[in-house]
Amino acid sequence: MALVDRIGESLDNGPGGVVLTSVDALVNWSRGQSLWAFPMGTACCAMELIAASFSKFDFDRLGTFPRPDPRHTDVMILAGTITEKMKPAVRRLYDQMPDPKWVIAMGNCTVSGGIFYYDTYSVVRGADEFLPVDIYISGCPPRPESLQDGIVQLRELVKAESLSKKRTYDRPATLPRERDEDR
Amino acid sequence: MPVDIESRSSALDPDGMPVEELVVNVGPSHPSTHGVGRVVVHLDGDVVVRADPVIGYLHRGIEKMAENRTYLQVVPLTDRLDYVGSMYANWAYCRAVERLAGIRVPERAEYLRVIVCELQRIASHMMGLGAAAADTGAFTFFVYAFDQRERVVELFEELCGARLTYNYVRPGGVSYDAPEGWTDAVLGFVASLRASLPEMDKLFFGNTITRSRTKGIGVLSAEDAVAWGASGPVARASGVNWDLRKHDPYSVYPRMDFDIVVGENGDSYDRGRCRLFECYESCRILEQAIAQMGGGPVKAEGLARLIAPPPGDAYDHIESARGSLGVYLVSDGSVRPYRMHVRSPAFCNLALLGRLAVGHTLSDLVVIMGSLDPVFGEIDR
Amino acid sequence: MSALLERIAEHNPRLYPLFSLEFGDAVVGVERDELLATMTELKDAGFDRLGMVTAVDRGEAFVVVYRLQSRSLSAAIFVKTLVARSDASIPSVFGIWPAADWQEREVYDLFGIVFEGHPDLRRILLPEEFVGHPLRRDYDDERLIRRPDYI
Repeated sequence: MALVDRIGESLDNGPGGVVLTSVDALVNWSRGQSLWAFPMGTACCAMELIAASFSKFDFDRLGTFPRPDPRHTDVMILAGTITEKMKPAVRRLYDQMPDPKWVIAMGNCTVSGGIFYYDTYSVVRGADEFLPVDIYISGCPPRPESLQDGIVQLRELVKAESLSKKRTYDRPATLPRERDEDR
Repeated sequence: MPVDIESRSSALDPDGMPVEELVVNVGPSHPSTHGVGRVVVHLDGDVVVRADPVIGYLHRGIEKMAENRTYLQVVPLTDRLDYVGSMYANWAYCRAVERLAGIRVPERAEYLRVIVCELQRIASHMMGLGAAAADTGAFTFFVYAFDQRERVVELFEELCGARLTYNYVRPGGVSYDAPEGWTDAVLGFVASLRASLPEMDKLFFGNTITRSRTKGIGVLSAEDAVAWGASGPVARASGVNWDLRKHDPYSVYPRMDFDIVVGENGDSYDRGRCRLFECYESCRILEQAIAQMGGGPVKAEGLARLIAPPPGDAYDHIESARGSLGVYLVSDGSVRPYRMHVRSPAFCNLALLGRLAVGHTLSDLVVIMGSLDPVFGEIDR
Repeated sequence: MSALLERIAEHNPRLYPLFSLEFGDAVVGVERDELLATMTELKDAGFDRLGMVTAVDRGEAFVVVYRLQSRSLSAAIFVKTLVARSDASIPSVFGIWPAADWQEREVYDLFGIVFEGHPDLRRILLPEEFVGHPLRRDYDDERLIRRPDYI
């Protein structure tokens, strides 16, 4: 276990209410600003994932860049259709990622099976059949800007974590602001 | 101090040390497998003794699905086959439908199809070359090539609204006409590509590391290429002079003046160079097609939305970036195909990996796989 | 094209022309027992390239379709063979054109037709433990959700 996790325990057992909140805020901010991604790209969405990482839609300015090894990454981006044959490999790679970890399901195929929902004998209809998905991005394929928006929204979820095992922060996720005339 | 190694086999090397074959699994999730391909490699030290590709990790059953869709509803499914080149995958399917149903395509639509297919060929080669370069570690070239691909994708976005899966070529024509000024934008892109291709060529193929890593690797002889059914740049780099655009011409290609790129040695270097030079030829075709294109409708007149061809079967093929992509359609007279089979060039080319990799090292196996340019959507269907 | 068919039919009395499409290639049919001999003769006649091997499920029988191409003759020809459903096996043409390797494995995987003489016949696209042959018309699976019939 890392030192940073022990801080949570020790502050929990002591009187550290305010200090833990500040430490959590700092840690969550820094985690959110540098989410390294594991690009589990199987099909067409992988092309948009690559496009999102390259010069036009640069991902690195958000702190995210693709690492091919799951042990170095925070977030697994599932880009592309998952079949029954591929499912054990994806689950194994997810298990190899260290905590804390998040999953982004990119593209219609990982959200619900997409265009391959009907008449198929080998497609897994949605990644949430076997993985806990945090962010769903729809599109076939979604634009690279959608994927980057997904990462930005993931930062909101990251802020809800805490070093201490007993706490989570109940923050409302930042949704697009409603206009008054829409009410 | 001598170490006692327990070995499963009784083989001994010349010095009396126990040796054993090592079985390494490359993939299915690996930075260099170009998608989800798995190769089970038997190694003797670092030298490949046997390489067995395992595919099917992206088998979605598109052929089964096509039996429950109407002819027009199958077009988006063909987009997802070769996702690096959706335009020509659509086109191969539409040609088979048109042959089966006897539909005549208007001339402007044929020219538009040729224009988008050649643009798509450039985009696909940029992706293929870039990924092959990234396998050898030349990441800069991948970024440069992807920049060119982004420009093509922007042109397609102006044309039909989508960046990757276009659903543009439909049976009987194309779905939308080119907007005002689009052809000028294409000519501008061609000019800028002609200016930047020599720079990219020098960046990657002029580099001495690339040459030592790709020359002499994965040599495919011409007889093997023909016997094993290889097509496209993989076969042409071995000296097989066979390009469907010239030797089995279709659409308006007989009116174009271009050359076929044929290599000599059949190694990975030649395959990469073939792809690069094909981009120059595509530029030539694009200029001629835009100059020759006239006005007119872009869809066949009077074509019903539900096409019900007479019973029978038809096969048609085109020259895609990977080789000869063919679609075999069987109809029983109803609005849905009875059977659709896609003859995928990357599937036939990847079968060569087991033969080409023997005797090379593990890092050469990665280079060979990159030079065969697999796209698993098409291989696994 | 019909001149080519006649010439082939002259040399090979075993072949029977099935039908030829107006815009299509030549199609010939052959009995299963004579497949290997015919294919060898066709290869010697100049069809040096095997383009495609596939199968169609026609109810009582499977139709195995081969497409051969020839650069020297600038022609392509379809060869079709009927395989009974109860005895779904056919000789493999791997010895004639190695290109049949993966294509025949795929037909075995999806249809269940056994190719005798193939060096390594196992499933290629589906997982090894998959039961059944999906592209048969009578394949059913509780996981399969049929698309509703709205057009």
